[in-house]
Amino acid sequence: MRTIIFRTIAPYLSALMVLFSIFVLLRGHNEPGGGFIGGLIAASALAIFGIACGVASVRRAIVFHPMGVSGFGLFLSALAGLPSIFKAQAFMTSQWLDVHLFGVEIALSTPLFFDIGVYLVVVGAIGSIALALEEREVD
Amino acid sequence: MTPALIDDTTLYAVLAPFAAAVVAPFLTRWFKHNAAWLLAIVPALIFLHFTGFVEPVSKGESFVAAKAWAPSYGVNFSVYVDGLSTLFALLISGIGTFIILYAGGYLKGHPQQGRFFSFLFMFMGSMLGLVLGNNLISLFIFWELTSITSFLLIGFDHLRAASRRAALQALVVTGGGGLALLAGFILIISATGEIEMSVLLSSPDIIKDTALYVPIFFLVLGGAFTKSAQFPFHFWLPNAMEAPTPVSAYLHSATMVKAGVYLLMRMHPLLGGTELWTTVLPLFGGVTLLVGTILAVRQTDLKLMLAYTTVASLGLLVMLTGTSQEKALEGAVLYLLAHSLFKGALFMVAGTIDHEAGTRDITKLGGLRSAMPITFVAACLAALSMAGLPPFIGFIAKEVLYYGTWGWLELGLPITVTAVVGNALMLVIAAAVAIKPFLGPKVETPKHAHEGPVLLFAGPVFLSVTGLGLALIAHTTGELLIGPTLSSLVGQTTEIELHLWPTSINAPLLLSLVTIGLGIVLFTQIDRLRGLIGSILTAIGWGPDKGFDQFVAGIVGLSWRITRLLQSGKMQTYMILTFIFTGVAVLVPGFLTGSLPAMPKMPDYRFYEWGILLIAFFGLIAVLVANTRLTAIVSLGIQGFAVALIFMMFGAPDLSFTQFMVETLSVVILALVMTRLNLSPSDHRHGLAAIGTGIVAIGVGLGLTLTLLAITQQPFDSRLSDFFAQFSRSIAHGRNIVNVIIVDFRGFDTLGEIAVVVLAGLCVLALIRVRTKPEKPIEKPETVSQPTSAQTGEVR
Repeated sequence: MRTIIFRTIAPYLSALMVLFSIFVLLRGHNEPGGGFIGGLIAASALAIFGIACGVASVRRAIVFHPMGVSGFGLFLSALAGLPSIFKAQAFMTSQWLDVHLFGVEIALSTPLFFDIGVYLVVVGAIGSIALALEEREVD
Repeated sequence: MTPALIDDTTLYAVLAPFAAAVVAPFLTRWFKHNAAWLLAIVPALIFLHFTGFVEPVSKGESFVAAKAWAPSYGVNFSVYVDGLSTLFALLISGIGTFIILYAGGYLKGHPQQGRFFSFLFMFMGSMLGLVLGNNLISLFIFWELTSITSFLLIGFDHLRAASRRAALQALVVTGGGGLALLAGFILIISATGEIEMSVLLSSPDIIKDTALYVPIFFLVLGGAFTKSAQFPFHFWLPNAMEAPTPVSAYLHSATMVKAGVYLLMRMHPLLGGTELWTTVLPLFGGVTLLVGTILAVRQTDLKLMLAYTTVASLGLLVMLTGTSQEKALEGAVLYLLAHSLFKGALFMVAGTIDHEAGTRDITKLGGLRSAMPITFVAACLAALSMAGLPPFIGFIAKEVLYYGTWGWLELGLPITVTAVVGNALMLVIAAAVAIKPFLGPKVETPKHAHEGPVLLFAGPVFLSVTGLGLALIAHTTGELLIGPTLSSLVGQTTEIELHLWPTSINAPLLLSLVTIGLGIVLFTQIDRLRGLIGSILTAIGWGPDKGFDQFVAGIVGLSWRITRLLQSGKMQTYMILTFIFTGVAVLVPGFLTGSLPAMPKMPDYRFYEWGILLIAFFGLIAVLVANTRLTAIVSLGIQGFAVALIFMMFGAPDLSFTQFMVETLSVVILALVMTRLNLSPSDHRHGLAAIGTGIVAIGVGLGLTLTLLAITQQPFDSRLSDFFAQFSRSIAHGRNIVNVIIVDFRGFDTLGEIAVVVLAGLCVLALIRVRTKPEKPIEKPETVSQPTSAQTGEVR
């Protein structure tokens, strides 16, 4: 599968896919998309990059172990449920904060962070399975 | 009288030891063993707090305090202070103070001393929560916490296999009994509708009148007997002597093992007095008393001798509680107090001897009186109380309990004889423990013996002197401590009068004389007695301790066999079993209840909709006729994409989107698995096997189809979808309802699901790595204490 064309295009393709996945993640609250789908797209990006250029370069590129990314995602999601407690509301009651940045209104919310957590969990878990399978010889 | 509501200070008193458990390791790091002085302030303050209750409680008052814990289930963190709980709280905090000091001296310089303090405090808090517990569920939680902290403390020296075994054994026995207790409590709650002990106690016949009295009785007994080491569950207690001596003195003599007795005493107004009660309890208590004392005589290890007499004393207490006679109950309360004081002191003495002389085998000890004079005096005072000689509290206890058993018409004689024999043997042990190591010619000990530091002798001295002091002010003791406790036991305010010296020559006094005489005779023959019991036990050759090992080995063997049966290690078997069960689950109910769906009408599809169905159908055919597995996998993907298209057409872009991604990734990952695992490229199953799996597949498919049809033929309940559609914008600020449901409305579900994703990812990773190692057959584990590496997987 490691043809020249594939190997040349794969990095760009993967980068585009990751970018797209983030786009899908962020628009999820109002349009089709969300953390789960975004995570799957990003995981496919990692898988394609791995097939084309080898698992080692993927591991270098994402710096952290994918399972670590996954665990951090779970942590972030759980954390996103906490702020409501300080307002004496039930765990995971959503909190909203409208921030005006350079004239653009950005809606920061706990569900957004929760969704980012879901995204990371899916990227990490699926990605690490795919990478582990792509590795021909393990250590 | 209804209990009065008090402020939350008492609740904080229960929680204070837990706070101390948190700071103990830090204090120990800064002040070394001297941290004990600071830490002992905590139980001392708790003790002071509870002395404030002594006076009002003796007037017949009682108190409750509560904080809501899980109010929707009726579970509160609530305390109930009356005579019985005050006595126990005073014992726990009072003795606890000296145990903390003693632990400071005993484990001086031990690298884990801070952790030890921590465990001790956690136990203290659990025990306070138990004896003060008003809410049955919170009482049970503290009950189990004492088992768990006891496990930690017995296994403190966790590098030794004997410690680990003893800790596990104690946990299994007392934890198992705890489960019985929980079942009993749940029955009580469901039978009476009440969950607070104080409410139950206000109408004493509430449980006796229900049809569930007998099961409740036996389940509560299961908890009490295991905790208080009644025969045949007594074996864990002597083994628990593997723990450092402060633990033995505190948990396994003075406090925790009395939790069972506490429970029986607490429940006495509710469960006691029936024929069942007055038959079962005296029987088991009496047997435990005799077995305990006989086994105690046999030992030569100071701690083990004391441990078996603890078993015996607990038997005596259960026996007395089982009589339901007021005077005998009074004896039980007195003996409980006396026992906590003298046994705590004697254990600490044994520990000090071990610490300073290097051995606690009485055949290797002697003549320590000049080297350790203070310890010797404390040992003598405690032993005199244990032997039941005047002028000690043990003597008063014995007089009263003889009076109680002698006066009981039904079973008075056998109970009294049992008590006399047991007490005589108890005197033998008391004499052996106090006299043998200290008197006689000086024996060379492993360490050069000298008096321990003040941290070590403060406890025994104070406890044994208290045993003397409480007897000298017998009248006040009776009025302030024993009377109120007895009132809790009999369920009404009872006044008693205690005297140090017998007022007349009566049966109890004569029985005491018989006890002392018998004890002295037996003491002179102790070596012969020991040999005799030893040879009898060798002849029997089996005991509950061995039985426990056989039981555990049996359980492990059984689970190993079941595991081998279910976990064949073949993916195919797993899949087929899973699908058979799925098929049965979806097919059978429909046929059994006759709720099969009606045949649907032929729908009016457009041509492109037929086209998509056709694609799916061709995908299916392609899977069936595929020559290689890889082709089959890809063909299966075709079906998945067709389904995604259907989702798209029916206006579910999110579902469709996800389905596309999942299909793509599944095909990629399955293809990777194929290349990775070196499977044969084509399916090897033909003929019968193929037909068999085909039937399973068709069955599951049919079942799911029928289920789906049945569901869609039900009238659609739109309440949920209406709610989501209405509020997704206004409450959750999102237009994408699917996403809003996932991350907001039902976010808690999603949190659980992503946790599953993470765990699944970890498991798959582990499996992929295990595959690279040479296959190793799963070995059958030999014993619990030596888990084989195969069980832990041993992944690099």
